[in-house]
Amino acid sequence: MVETTLVEAGRLAVLQEMRRDPRVWVLGEDVGRGGLWGQYRGMLEEFGPERIVSTPIAESTIMGAGLGAALVGTRPIIEMRMFDFVMCAMDELVNQIAKVRYMFGGQAKPAVVVRMPHGMWRNSAAQHSQMLEAWFAHLPGVVVVAPSNAEDEAGLLVSAIRSDDPVLFFDPKDLWLAPGAIADGEIAPIPFGKARHARQGDALTIVTWSAIVPNVLAAADQLTSEGIKVDVLDLRTIWPWDQDAVAASLARTKRLLVVHEAVEVGGFGAEVIASMIDRLGPSAIKVAKRLGAPRIPVPFAPPLENEVRISPAKIVAAAKAAMA
Amino acid sequence: MATAGGTPAAAGDNLKRLTDLYRMMVRIRTFEETALEAYKAGEIPGPLHVSFGQEAIPSGVCASLRTDDRLTSNHRGHGHALAKGADAATMYLELYGREGGYCRGKGGSMHIADFSVGMLGANGVVAGGLPIAVGAAQGLKLLKSDAIVVCMFGDGATNRGPYLEALNWAAIYTLPVLFVCEDNGVAAHTETRTVTAGEGPAARANAIGVPAVTIDGNDALAVEETAARLVAEIRAGRGPRMIHAKTYRWCGHTATDAAAWRDPKQVEAAKTRCPIARLKAVLIERGVAAASLDDISSAARDEMQTGRAGAHAAPWPGMASAFEDVQDAGAVHG
Repeated sequence: MVETTLVEAGRLAVLQEMRRDPRVWVLGEDVGRGGLWGQYRGMLEEFGPERIVSTPIAESTIMGAGLGAALVGTRPIIEMRMFDFVMCAMDELVNQIAKVRYMFGGQAKPAVVVRMPHGMWRNSAAQHSQMLEAWFAHLPGVVVVAPSNAEDEAGLLVSAIRSDDPVLFFDPKDLWLAPGAIADGEIAPIPFGKARHARQGDALTIVTWSAIVPNVLAAADQLTSEGIKVDVLDLRTIWPWDQDAVAASLARTKRLLVVHEAVEVGGFGAEVIASMIDRLGPSAIKVAKRLGAPRIPVPFAPPLENEVRISPAKIVAAAKAAMA
Repeated sequence: MATAGGTPAAAGDNLKRLTDLYRMMVRIRTFEETALEAYKAGEIPGPLHVSFGQEAIPSGVCASLRTDDRLTSNHRGHGHALAKGADAATMYLELYGREGGYCRGKGGSMHIADFSVGMLGANGVVAGGLPIAVGAAQGLKLLKSDAIVVCMFGDGATNRGPYLEALNWAAIYTLPVLFVCEDNGVAAHTETRTVTAGEGPAARANAIGVPAVTIDGNDALAVEETAARLVAEIRAGRGPRMIHAKTYRWCGHTATDAAAWRDPKQVEAAKTRCPIARLKAVLIERGVAAASLDDISSAARDEMQTGRAGAHAAPWPGMASAFEDVQDAGAVHG
């Protein structure tokens, strides 16, 4: 293994795939300068301005041009800079990219990756902090990826770039600099729909993903120290998602807690719980709970933002409540 | 500006070329007349947007295109598809929502696409095709192709943000795109001039740095000659160009819209500028026998009636197809 950060792991994945396939290219604001966080550092020098395309601040056309370029056989990586800005490109994403394959009877395969760094990040306030991944799980035609660590960032990005599906790739921007490790040599693709079994235990199943995973693991370790061993499944992709792994865990624990940074109301946690009740039957599950953000925009002031964050203490409390 | 009243075309003018142009216009008109009949007979479901009076624009533009050139279209796109080389019978199958249609019955009139002839799709969202067109051009450039992209849109699209974004994009990256604004004067049910500031589509394009020319879009020769010149410039690597083609939509927004808000005299006046009749007069003046033009009309009627009957008799798509072509990973159930 090689020690690295999440942002660098993603950079290495893109670098590997661009060297492997000349049809892969990147478009987005400031990518020629390495991207806002260095995700594309040094790539302009290697691949030139036709494959590392710095664009105007024109989200509709960044997204739509990526689609058009895919329709003629290239494989664009569409960099949205911040997830929140995808709202300026929703027609191109929702009405066009997600629909063209179906609507044209299979003539089109929109092989695009849309990278959208999301989540809370250093008091960036309501328009630079959102997590709305559940919206896109609701949208037929797309894959939704939300990794939580360097290894998954790299392996899932390789899969995303090689996929013929449009892949919405939610980089957890609060974890860009989190230390991690990736395998030596070639970065292997990680398949969509396979959860990472992050902690083993029989007391409670905790399902989670993206930026909140480190807090869930901290909580799990504290619970273990108190004699409560929890099973933690990091879904890694929320569409498709690993229903088999969650069901298998629940067969042992009978107790389910879903933790996500996104607003709890209408979040993907509700889908996880409903699916498991449908699949296993209500009598097979003793407890099913969600822990997410309150239904408020993310506030700016550090103490207020901290109040919204799902801390390890809140997760521990929710887990204990689920055990009661 | 050339007129179809007998002004000789500048270059390469010959009767075969003009007759082909005429044939395409007649096919588009007849396709839509037949579709409208079928719609009124209750055979075609969903919205149907026809383009009577605008046939010269796609016919004239596509006359200069190769099969590997791409085209993006809008909701009023039957003529665009036919002119780009799509098959009328397969289009009818799609209008009827039947098996064998271009989209296997999953798109309908607003989503006809034929990637095999470079027709990258009609679009149900006004200005939806503009970003896609510039991206297709960027992709072709990356692939070292010398194919170009034509982007068809209406005057209504020029008030949406993607018009600014896509034209700017094409200009800064020197992309091979021919923007074609079919200015029929009406955005859905509103006269565009009443909701548009400034000097209009061509002025906006020129200000962005995309050279634009305004022409009479009901003059097939003018459209064809202008497109030929601009396509050659674009293919030579000189960057995007725009045609602003002024025309008039005879019909309402959709097949069920009578456009009762407008003075019928306006429509009658527009019909005296019918692009097909104008080109017909030119052809007859140049010695083409009227009987051979009648043959073109009757062949078009046969083609369209056969297509309509075939579509009406065709089976619905198999129910399983509703669940196909969603996505590879996690299709339908995750």
